[in-house]
Amino acid sequence: MFVFLLTDIFFYIIIFSIGLYIFYVRKTKDILETWKHVFKSRTGIISIVVLSFFLLIAILDSIHIKEKIYNEQTESFSYESEIKSVLDIILLPTYKNYEKSYSSPFSSNLYSKETIILENNIERRVYPKLLYKGNHNKYASDNTVNILLTFIISLLKYFFVFLIFYLFFYFRIIFKRKNNIFTPFKLNKVFLMTLSIIVILSIFLYELSLQYYVLGTDKVGVDVLYKSIKSIRTGILIGTLTTIVMLPFAIFLGIFAGYIGGFVDDVIQYIYTTLNSIPSVLLIASAILMLQVYMANNPLNFENIYERADLRLFFLCMILGLTSWTGLCRLLRGESMKLREVEYVQASKTFGLNRFSIIVRHIMPNIMHIVIITIVLDFSALVLAEAVLSYVNIGVDPTTYSWGNMINAARLEMSKEPIVWWSLFSAFTFMFILVLFANLFSDVVRDAFDPRSNKNYE
Amino acid sequence: MINYIFKRILYAIPILIGVNLLTFTLFFVVNSPDEVARLHLGNKRVTQEQIQSWNEQRGYNFPLFFNQSETGLNVIKKTIFYEKSVKLFYFDFGISDSGRDIKYDIKQRMWPSLAIALPSLLVGLMINITFALFFVFFRATKVDYIGVIFCVALMSISSLFYIIGGQYLISKLLQLVPISGYAQGVDAIKFLILPVFISVIYGIGSGTRWYRSLFLEEIEKDYVKTAKSKGLSEVSVLFNHVFKNALIPILTGVVVILPLLFLGSLIVESFFGIPGLGSYTIDAIQSQDFAIVRAMVFLGTILYIFGLILTDISYTLVDPRVRLK
Repeated sequence: MFVFLLTDIFFYIIIFSIGLYIFYVRKTKDILETWKHVFKSRTGIISIVVLSFFLLIAILDSIHIKEKIYNEQTESFSYESEIKSVLDIILLPTYKNYEKSYSSPFSSNLYSKETIILENNIERRVYPKLLYKGNHNKYASDNTVNILLTFIISLLKYFFVFLIFYLFFYFRIIFKRKNNIFTPFKLNKVFLMTLSIIVILSIFLYELSLQYYVLGTDKVGVDVLYKSIKSIRTGILIGTLTTIVMLPFAIFLGIFAGYIGGFVDDVIQYIYTTLNSIPSVLLIASAILMLQVYMANNPLNFENIYERADLRLFFLCMILGLTSWTGLCRLLRGESMKLREVEYVQASKTFGLNRFSIIVRHIMPNIMHIVIITIVLDFSALVLAEAVLSYVNIGVDPTTYSWGNMINAARLEMSKEPIVWWSLFSAFTFMFILVLFANLFSDVVRDAFDPRSNKNYE
Repeated sequence: MINYIFKRILYAIPILIGVNLLTFTLFFVVNSPDEVARLHLGNKRVTQEQIQSWNEQRGYNFPLFFNQSETGLNVIKKTIFYEKSVKLFYFDFGISDSGRDIKYDIKQRMWPSLAIALPSLLVGLMINITFALFFVFFRATKVDYIGVIFCVALMSISSLFYIIGGQYLISKLLQLVPISGYAQGVDAIKFLILPVFISVIYGIGSGTRWYRSLFLEEIEKDYVKTAKSKGLSEVSVLFNHVFKNALIPILTGVVVILPLLFLGSLIVESFFGIPGLGSYTIDAIQSQDFAIVRAMVFLGTILYIFGLILTDISYTLVDPRVRLK
């Protein structure tokens, strides 16, 4: 049975609106031209491919189901209380078993010594062997050789997949229209290279994590790689959902203030100046603290912990959105004030077009570039902010998989001797990759969309 | 000029009232004081008397806006709104939920915050501008391209990584400075070096890129072309013309955050155990001491507005074309 969590629904809406936007862009020539700038640049293509891959993981992780179980005693079907995502089902063979405690990457035993009693009552301090992974080499007993062989096998698998896709595209190009969606990519070399590297890496990692804990295990023995992958959804949700919450406020209030002016302008300006004057961390902190009190005193009826954690994630995005629309609103106000005086707007006013139509037809399309630049710019900042907020305990629910929670939990492990570094390492690495490509992407987008950007020097 | 400043200060009052009302709504209307008290006392099996006494100790035992049981002015004065919100305007921050005098704490703690924030700002500014000028000098070459990529990479690293990594590398492995702590006077330096260093490193990516784009914007202007066509060297144009003119946006960007330096940095201070206002706020958030959070919100707003006024004044000082009316 499919389960729709609150954030899932909003995430679907986001995906749907991205789809709508792509459809709209394909029909509108000048915007298509601008986007082609993005697709022409090497950095643009690479970052789009990487970000799409992250997005794909987030989408797979947002389709939740409950499994049906057959109860033999009552002879009826019932649903499990545990909610799984499609990603969980795909990755199931890699994470289903838990170890006892910490183990380092690619290790075959636990990280700390334990006392075990041998047959003749002799106590010995040894590193216990891992139960499920690390001792199950598929191809060779030596670890290095085994990893190498695994890599070769995943390469072979990749070429098999690649062959099928190649044939698919080959026939598509021969038999079908010339002008398909992939025209900008045109089976471009950079695109294919990036895609291949990602596919090879994911197959390789999957194969490896069937045999090893590639990034070790955490305190309770959960695979760190699995935790990091599950955190992708949280990061992307915070980056995108917040923008969706913020956009209506920023766009409508910004345009109203700028275009209508007068008293409306004064009121809207007052609202955003007031909100803007409060240091944002403090505003977010106060709002979330109050939410915590509210949730503690009014235990809403949740079916399970997933929905509770999900609601908290949703509220976090709401609060981040409600506190961060002011910057964009001010930009849009200025821009629509400028547009109000432009000749074609004045002309349509004299022709008797009403305000609403002018806003929809003339103002909206001409401020969209600012909106797009802001969305992509904010995304990376929000992903980074999540970690900091979770560190201050005003972030996502502690049961949610997120990089912030991983860092927060691993902070104390740094003082252990010898140190447990892999949890921190993997959280930071995953976050770095996502944010880096989001930043690169936003650079390319800004260069393409911003008329003021220093194009000559890029 | 004085008229203008006076006008700006008057304009700040409605904003402060707005902020005040907003925090009041957040902290007292969304959840009633009783609910907050219940949270602090632990949710289960709390009697009404316990809540009453908890509220009484901290002065939350009044009605929100109108106190019917009092007479005269006290109808308005003996209310939570007056006691907890209006009094902020007199800088009377009251006592924290744990019973400490907030004003005293703030006075004590703002100096350590400043001791970190000011050097970080100044050193960071110098380093960022130097790098930015360097990249602008080599603009549209491989040096610039690699530099920008490097900046983007630096920007993409979480601030927590810089702090945790720096503490581990410098304090634990190399043992150059203590991991955390604070001391009065000159001794403080050895505790301050690492947080300042880390703040500077963290700011390099975004700072350099920002200043670089400011310089590049300036370099496209006509007076630069004129200077070049007069035969001035690249270096001389860069320093005498571009740099000087770009100083205006740089300066105003810096002035606006000057007052906010007192608030310190939240995570840096709490990681390094520095008794500044940043760690004060973090501790308050973590122990859900709402009186402190409220005070900090109000203080932050005042400092921010003060910074905006300072910015306007500094405009007239550095740019003679700007006259305030």
